[in-house]
Amino acid sequence: MLVPIFFIILSIVGFYFSGLTGDFVFQQMILRLARNLVLVMSLMIPIISGMGLNFGIVLGAMAGQIGIIVIMNNGYTGFNGFLIAVLVATPIAIILGYLVGKILNKAKGKEMITSMILGFFANGIYQLIFIIFAGTLIPFKNKDLLRSSGDGLRNTIDLISIKSSLDNLLFPNSPYPIMTFVVIILLFVGIYLILKTKVGQEMRAVGQSMHIASVSGIDVDKTRIIAIIISTVLAAWGQLIYLQNMGTFNTYNNHEQVGLFAVASILIGGASVNKVSWKEVVLGTFLFHLLFIVSPLAGQNIAGDAQIGEYFRVFIAYGVIGVALILHSWEENKKKSLNLNFDLNNS
Amino acid sequence: MALLEIKNICKKYGENQVLEDISFKIDQGEILGLLGENGAGKSTLMNILFGMPVIHNTGGYEGEISVDGQNYKPKNPTDAMKFGIGMVHQEFMLIPGFSITENIKLNRENTKSSLTGKLTKSNKLNRLDTKSMKSDADEALKKLDLKIDSLLQVENLPVGYKQFIEIAREIDKTNLKILILDEPTAVLTESEARDFLEIIKTLADFNIAVLFITHRLEEIKSITDNIVIIRDGKLIETAKTADVSIKDMAKLMVGRDISTSRLRKNKQLDDKDIILELDSFSVNMPGEQVKSINLKVRKGEILGIGGLAGQGKVGIANGIMGLYPTTGKIYKGTNRIPVNNPRAALMDSIAFLSEDRKGVGLLLDNSIDLNIAYTSLEIKNEFLKKVGFFNVIDGNKVKSHADKMIEDLDIRCTSSKQNTRFLSGGNQQKVCIARALTLKPDLLLVSEPTRGIDIGAKNLVLETLIKLNEEYNTTIIITSSELAELKQVSDRIAIITEGSITSILTPEDSDEKYGLAMSGKKYEEVTDDEY
Amino acid sequence: MMSIKKTYEKIGFPRLIIIVFIIVLLVAAASLKIPLSGIYSDILIRFGMNAILVLAMVPAIKSGIGLNFNLPLGVIFGLFGALVSMELGLHGWTSLFASLLIAVPLATCGGYLYGLMLNKVKGQEMTVGNYVGFSIVSFMCIVWTIAPFKSPELVWAMGGTGLRTTVSLENTMEKILDNFLSFKLFNVTIPTGLLLSVGLLSFLFWFFTKTKSGIAMEVAGSNENFAVSNGVDVNKERIKGTVLSTVLGAIGIIIYSQSFGFLQLYNAPLYVAMPAVASILIGGATVSHAKISHVLIGTLLFQSVLVIALPVINIISEGSMSEIVRVIVSNGIILYALTRSGGVE
Repeated sequence: MLVPIFFIILSIVGFYFSGLTGDFVFQQMILRLARNLVLVMSLMIPIISGMGLNFGIVLGAMAGQIGIIVIMNNGYTGFNGFLIAVLVATPIAIILGYLVGKILNKAKGKEMITSMILGFFANGIYQLIFIIFAGTLIPFKNKDLLRSSGDGLRNTIDLISIKSSLDNLLFPNSPYPIMTFVVIILLFVGIYLILKTKVGQEMRAVGQSMHIASVSGIDVDKTRIIAIIISTVLAAWGQLIYLQNMGTFNTYNNHEQVGLFAVASILIGGASVNKVSWKEVVLGTFLFHLLFIVSPLAGQNIAGDAQIGEYFRVFIAYGVIGVALILHSWEENKKKSLNLNFDLNNS
Repeated sequence: MALLEIKNICKKYGENQVLEDISFKIDQGEILGLLGENGAGKSTLMNILFGMPVIHNTGGYEGEISVDGQNYKPKNPTDAMKFGIGMVHQEFMLIPGFSITENIKLNRENTKSSLTGKLTKSNKLNRLDTKSMKSDADEALKKLDLKIDSLLQVENLPVGYKQFIEIAREIDKTNLKILILDEPTAVLTESEARDFLEIIKTLADFNIAVLFITHRLEEIKSITDNIVIIRDGKLIETAKTADVSIKDMAKLMVGRDISTSRLRKNKQLDDKDIILELDSFSVNMPGEQVKSINLKVRKGEILGIGGLAGQGKVGIANGIMGLYPTTGKIYKGTNRIPVNNPRAALMDSIAFLSEDRKGVGLLLDNSIDLNIAYTSLEIKNEFLKKVGFFNVIDGNKVKSHADKMIEDLDIRCTSSKQNTRFLSGGNQQKVCIARALTLKPDLLLVSEPTRGIDIGAKNLVLETLIKLNEEYNTTIIITSSELAELKQVSDRIAIITEGSITSILTPEDSDEKYGLAMSGKKYEEVTDDEY
Repeated sequence: MMSIKKTYEKIGFPRLIIIVFIIVLLVAAASLKIPLSGIYSDILIRFGMNAILVLAMVPAIKSGIGLNFNLPLGVIFGLFGALVSMELGLHGWTSLFASLLIAVPLATCGGYLYGLMLNKVKGQEMTVGNYVGFSIVSFMCIVWTIAPFKSPELVWAMGGTGLRTTVSLENTMEKILDNFLSFKLFNVTIPTGLLLSVGLLSFLFWFFTKTKSGIAMEVAGSNENFAVSNGVDVNKERIKGTVLSTVLGAIGIIIYSQSFGFLQLYNAPLYVAMPAVASILIGGATVSHAKISHVLIGTLLFQSVLVIALPVINIISEGSMSEIVRVIVSNGIILYALTRSGGVE
C-alpha cells in the first residue's frame, strides 16, 4: 500500500501548487479514466499468468490503429465506423497476440525485456508500413490521409467523424462518456468471469508455477498464449476507445507511450509484477493521470518552468517502473536466500 | 486376476540396460513394497508406469503391462490417470498460493455450464463450481481423517499436511485404483510418518492398491503385504513381507554377485593424528541436508561417505567448502576454519571435486589449460608473471602444465586449448582431478567421482586418487552413491541417513550391515520381534 | 556440403543476413553511381565513433550482468564531463582530457553504486537496467533545465531555461581525434586519431582480461558456482564489470561527441544502448559471452549497414527510411538473441 499512498500525497501536493480548480480536475479525470482504463486493464491477465508486465500491448494498440486507418480510408463514420474498426482490429490483435505469445514462450523468465524490445521492433515495422509503403505499395483511396508528397501517412489524422461515437452513444448530449464507462464495467466483469472459469484457474496455476501446472497436465505454453491474446485484444480495443475519445490520431506517436503509461499506471496503483486486481487498475490510472494534469502547472508555479513538470511526469513514469522492478526482484532474491537460512535454524 | 500385472519389462537408456525382465503383480487393496538401492531402477520403473515422457523420448520400453486385464501402454501422465494410476511425487506438487481445495482439484476442476461455455461449446470456458469442488475436497480429506478447513492456503501449512493433501488429491480421482508413493515419509516427522502409514492402510481398505517405495525398511515391514526387491535392474526377490526379516531385506538389497576386490591395502593410521574435525556440523543444502554431525578424519586416511540419495551425504563436502549455508565448527588440524567461506577452505589447503561437474566443477566455455590452472592461479598466485605493476597470466606455463597433466592422466582431447564442454564425462572429470592435483592439497574432498563415466575411466579415476593418497599422503574424503566403489578404496565408510551418521563401517563389513545402515538402523538395534 | 554447413554455423544466421544485406546495398550503391570512397570514409568514422560504446558491453557481459541496457548512466557522466570542461572555457586537447578527467571518476562512483544495486536484482539485470537507464535520462532532463551553467555556448540565448538541446563543440573539441594524424588513402580519409583511441582502449581492456583480476571477473561471469567454489567473490567481480562498462560508456560518448561535433542532451541518450547492444550481438556475442573481436566485427557490420543504406535509400525513398531500418535491424537482432539463448537471464 506504500506506493499508492506516496503517490496520493504527491498528487495532493501537486494539485495544491498547480492552482487548478477541483471542478476542472474532476472533469479531466473523468475523461482520462474513460480514455485509459481499458489499456491499463489489458495488463491484468498476463500478470496473473505469471508473465509480468506485458509491454507488448503496444502491438495491440497498433492493431487498434490499423482498424482506425482502415475505416478512415474507406470513409466509415460514426458509431458504425467505430464498430467496423473494432471488427478489423480484433482479428489483427489476435494474430499479433498469438505471435507475441509464441515469442514470449521462447523467452521464459525474461518476458518483460523481450516484450519491450518486441514493442520497439514492431514499431519499426509499423513505420515501415505506414511511412514507406503507404501510398506506394499499399494504395490508399482517401488521399487526405497521405502526406502532400503522396506517400506515407500524415503525422496527425483528424478523427472528428468518429469522435465520441462510443462515449456519447445513446446519450448524445451528456458531457460525460457514459457508454464508455458502461463498456469498461462490462469488460471488468468479463475479465472477472474469465478468471472464474476453468481457463482462468489454469492461468492462475501457470502464473504460480509452470512446473506444477505442467505436471498436472495443463498445457502451459497454450495457456500463456491465450493470456497474451486476451491482453493484446483488450489493448486494441483500449486504443480504439482512447482514439475515439481524443478525436485526433498521432499516427506515429500514440502507440509508443501506451506500454509505458499503462505499466506505470498499474504499478502506481499498487499492483506488482505478479499480483493485481481491478482496484489497482482504477486507482493507478486515476493517480497517474492526476499527476499528469497537475505536474506541468505545478512545475510552472514551483520552478517557473512548465517544461520541468513535463519532464517530471516522464521521470515518474520511468522511475515508478524502475523502482517496482528493483523491489520485485530484490524481494524474490531475498526470499530465496531467506528460505535457506530459515531451514538451517530449524534443523 | 491381478489388478496390475507387469510382465518382462526391459528398458535401455542407450547402451545401458537399466531394467531387465521385471515381472510382478499387485491385487486390489494390496500394499506392495518396492525396495532397491539408488540406481537399482526403481524410478525408471515408476516413470514407465506413470507414462513420463522421458521414457517415450528414450525409445520406450519392452514388455507388457496390464491393468484390470486390459493392455496398458502409457504415453503420458494423462494416460496413467485414465487407467486410474496416481502418483505422489517426492517433491511437493502443490501450488502454494492456492487453497487446499484448488490444489486437490487442480486441472480437474468441477464446472457448471455458463454462457461463455455454452457459446464456445468448450468446458474450459465453463464457470468453476466452487461449492462442489469444496465438498469433493472435504470428502477426500475426510477419508484421510484430516480435520482442516479446505479453503486455507497451502503456503502456510506444515509440511506433514502438505503430504496428506497430495494423497487427498489422488484419492479424489474417482477412478483411482493404484497409488504410487515415492519416498512419501522422507519429509515427515516420526509421529507424522506414523499417522501417514495408518492412512495408507485405510486406503488399502478402500480397495486401492498401493505401490510403496521407501528406504525405511521398518516401514516396509510394518505396512506392506508383499515386497519386490530389485538390484541393478534385475528382479531379486518377490515374497510375502512376513516371510523376510529386515536383515535379509537389507542383505538382498545391497548384496552383489560379483565380489569387489579392494584396490589398495588397509593403511596403518594414527588415531591421534586428526586432520579434520567436524563439530555439530549442519549444512542446509536443498535436498541434501546435514543435521548436526560430529566426525573426525585421520591424516592420510581415505574416508568414504555413503548413503542413499537425498539423505545428506553430498551436503558434507559442500558444507566444508562453504558452498551452502553451514553452522557448527570445522577444525583443520588444530586450526579452526570459518564456515561459509570457500576461500578460507581453499587457503587452508582443502580442495573439492564437486558432484556437479558441469555446474560447479568446470568452466565449460573455457580451455582445458585454464580449467586446470585456475584454482592455483587464484588461490596461490601461481601461473602469473609480472608486467609492470600487474599480475598477468603466464600463458606458456599454463599450457605446458596442462600438456603434462593431459599426458599423465591420459585426458583425451584435441589440444589443451579445447573447451571442456566438448570432452566426454570421464575426461571432464580428469580435468577436475588435474586441477585438484595442481593445487597439491592436504585434504581432498571428492563427490561422486565416477558418476556418468565409463568403466575404464572409472578405474583410472579411482587409481589416481589412491596414488595421490599414497604418494603425497593426501587425506581424501570420497562421497559416492556406489557402495562397491567406496569399499574398493576407503579405510572407513560413514553411512549417512536423514542428515546424520548412522554408522561408520569397515570395507569388510557384511552387506546386511550396510543395507540396514542405509535404512537408518544399526545392525545391533534391529530385531524382527517388534513387528 | 559439410564445409558449407560449418561455415554457415560459424558465421551464424543474423550475421549472414547482415552481410547479404550489405552486399545488396553495395551493389545498389554502385549501380546508382554513388561514390564509394565517401562511403568508406563514413564507415571508418562511424565505426570509430561507436566502437567504444559497444566495447562497454564487453565487461558487463563478461562479469555476468548481461547486456548493459543502462549504458545511458555512463553516457550521462560523459556528457557532464564535457559540459563542465566547456563551462570552464577549455579548448582543444585540454578540453578533451579535462572532460575525460571529470567524467571517469564520476562514472566510477556511479557504476559502483549501480553495481551494488544489480547485485540485489540478480537474474533481472537487463529489465531493471533498462528502466533505471530511462529513469536517469528523464531525471537528467530536469537537471539539464535547472543546472547553473552560465557559458553562452551551453545555455539557451533566449526563450528557454537551462542547457540547449544540442551543444555545438565547434570551438572546443570537434573532430580533434578524427583529424589527428589523419591522411588520405585512395581518396578515403583515414581518421587516424579516432581509430588509434579505439585501438588503445581495446588493447587496455584486452590486457586487463589477461590479469589475475580480469580473469577472476570473467570466471565469475561465466560460471557463478565455479567461481564461488574457487574462492572468487562474485558480487565484487560483478561490480568491477559494471564500473568498467559505465566508465567505457562515459569515455565512449565523449569520443562519439567530438566526432559528431555536438553534445546531445535531454532525451537523446534514452536509446543509446540499443545500437550498442545490437552491434555486439551482430558481432557474434551472446547475452553471456563476448570478446573484443565481437565488438570490432559487430560495430563494423552494423555501422556499414547504416552508412551504406543512407544514400541508397535516400535515392529510392526518403530520409526517414534509414532510421526505420536502424530500429528494425537493431531490435530484431536483440530479439533474436533474447529468444534463442534460453534461460540466461
